[in-house]
Amino acid sequence: MSESSPRSADRPSLPELFRAFAVVSLSGFGGALPWARRMIVERKRWMTAQEFAETFALSQFLPGPNVINFSVVFGARFGGAAGAAVALGGLLGPPLLIVLVLAALYARFGDLEILSRILVGVTAAAIGLLIATVGKMAAPIFLKRWNSAPLIAIAAFVGVAIFNWPLPLVFLGLAPVSIALAWFKR
Amino acid sequence: MNSSPLPALFGYFALLSLFAVGGANAAIPEMHRIAVDIMHWTTDRQFADAFAIAQVSPGPNVIIVTLIGYHVAGFLGASVATIGMCGPTCVLAFFVARTWDRFKDAPWRIAIQGGLVPVSLGLIGASAFVLARTSDHNIYAGLLTAVTAVLAFATRINPLWLFVAGGLLGLSGVL
Repeated sequence: MSESSPRSADRPSLPELFRAFAVVSLSGFGGALPWARRMIVERKRWMTAQEFAETFALSQFLPGPNVINFSVVFGARFGGAAGAAVALGGLLGPPLLIVLVLAALYARFGDLEILSRILVGVTAAAIGLLIATVGKMAAPIFLKRWNSAPLIAIAAFVGVAIFNWPLPLVFLGLAPVSIALAWFKR
Repeated sequence: MNSSPLPALFGYFALLSLFAVGGANAAIPEMHRIAVDIMHWTTDRQFADAFAIAQVSPGPNVIIVTLIGYHVAGFLGASVATIGMCGPTCVLAFFVARTWDRFKDAPWRIAIQGGLVPVSLGLIGASAFVLARTSDHNIYAGLLTAVTAVLAFATRINPLWLFVAGGLLGLSGVL
């Protein structure tokens, strides 16, 4: 391993790893990233801010949910396959138990007028939050001049939202173009 | 349906997970297309409810898949859908992590990552659009979405309060 790997004194045990990711997963709405950083960099000091950023970059590079990738990459780094499984279990286990209870309640009471009214309001708010996330992501991209990225974003939006094209089709059509543009712009 | 839905649950979610750049929220239109339009697993209403419940409950947004799976085939469906969505990408993450140090500074790696950002932006934007189209059925729900979007964009308000306000407004019957 390179010199950037953590000192062995800082290595979390498997139960610590599980607990840390369980706490992160139960901590917040709207993305686990800030909570993961707080836990790993500030509280436990298992990684420096730089190492955290690099590890998170890897999980964004990979397909699939970022935070889940992050737990696997982080766990693997500290404890191999067992570490990856334990970190993933900590991140997913407690929320899955909660959501299974909610799913069972919904199956039983989902048709109740009162519940569906509440859910209509919660859904409308949740969509608003998603739009805010899009706005925050879009701002730096759309405000930069002489930049082709907004065209790619708009094309992906139109393909999926307006034409209802399958995700794999839109992805395979646009990603290579976008990556090529990013390559030549270096 | 005369055959088990489990293989389809696994297969569809495993496939779409590989294209979900930007996380589960980037793949919502695809999930909607599969669950509502193609497989008729849920109605529009039930799909929107699954999204809302997944957003409100703690943990990664990916648990919307668990809810859809549960709706289709109970506990087994929930497990199969979740494993389909997370399994293949986790295995990939595990193996790529071991070689990451070798290519983390490579120009092609940086170009790929930079190139995927606008794609995932467009996909998440499409998710918001598709959800609003299928679940904000009147002007008041649309207004609530717009106000929430502005508040969440411009302030540091805890999302929990926005959910509570939305739920109360829904309960009051104006939406």
